Amino acid sequence: MHTNILHQSRLARTAAFAALCSAAISLLSPAAAADLDAENLYQRRCGACHSIETNRIGPRHLGVVGRKAGSVSDYNYSDALRNSNFVWDDARLDSWLANPEAVVPGQKMGYRLSNAEERATIIEYLKSQSN
Amino acid sequence: MTGSSTLTTSKQSPSRRSFLAGGAKTALSASAIVALSGAGAAMTRAYASSGDAAQDVAILNVALGLEHEAIGAYQLGAESGLLSKDVLNVAVQFQSHHKEHRDALIDAIRAMGGEAAEAEKLSDYAKALNASSLKSQADVVQLAARLELGAANAYLGVIPSFNSHDLAQVSARLAADETMHWTALTSALGGMLPKKALSFGA
Repeated sequence: MHTNILHQSRLARTAAFAALCSAAISLLSPAAAADLDAENLYQRRCGACHSIETNRIGPRHLGVVGRKAGSVSDYNYSDALRNSNFVWDDARLDSWLANPEAVVPGQKMGYRLSNAEERATIIEYLKSQSN
Repeated sequence: MTGSSTLTTSKQSPSRRSFLAGGAKTALSASAIVALSGAGAAMTRAYASSGDAAQDVAILNVALGLEHEAIGAYQLGAESGLLSKDVLNVAVQFQSHHKEHRDALIDAIRAMGGEAAEAEKLSDYAKALNASSLKSQADVVQLAARLELGAANAYLGVIPSFNSHDLAQVSARLAADETMHWTALTSALGGMLPKKALSFGA
């Protein structure tokens, strides 16, 4: 009985927290909601290995659009990407996310994002994360 | 963080069993680890070129880096003092899965003639994951859920890049483990599960 009451109390708190979060999201402007969607998508598709401000399994993404490929000084790139000679722009990023090995043979990422709409959303998000 | 670090845990409680809801039964089995390790030797012979094998080793090493970080993240959560006993037990269980993944990946990389990536220091993971911002149990669980969701997507996203179909299958199995972790953590947070099908991978 006591356990049931505790369980119900936890459920009520959880439901209240979820409702609060839902209400907070519903108050966002469409633009803010779109930004949140883009950030969430970035976290889902890229967040296992990348962050905006810190190097992790992959290099940080702050200012990646317009940056020379393989140029974050404190990240250990593959030789292939370090020795590549191009600047990240929309087209390069789109090709890279679709199939990185086709862009830079010998790279080490391997991750492919086949959904073009998601690639475009992520690239726009990365463009918004400039230095 | 080193590969030998270990969390202490107590006997599984009823609430932990409820939280896991049978999920632990889907952890990578010992036979799967052996299969993954054995696959390395077999595939070294089967690859069309050394470049194909090297590319697969590179992807496995990225996956290994992901597993190292996951182990570190759960360690940070466990040492934060923010987790209740039941949640700590779940964290220990999930960390043990990631250790099994790590060991299997290391075995496979070495069997294929590669050099396995080392783990970073725990303090480096703390900095990279902004662990100082974790102020509550919910913060810790949300971080874990975010990393697990990313890991599931990462393992699905590298499947087309593997030259070996055997490794592609292993990647799918690893993704299933991460998805199980994410589902359990999200449910514990009272979060919404995906409304539509095929939300993982893209």
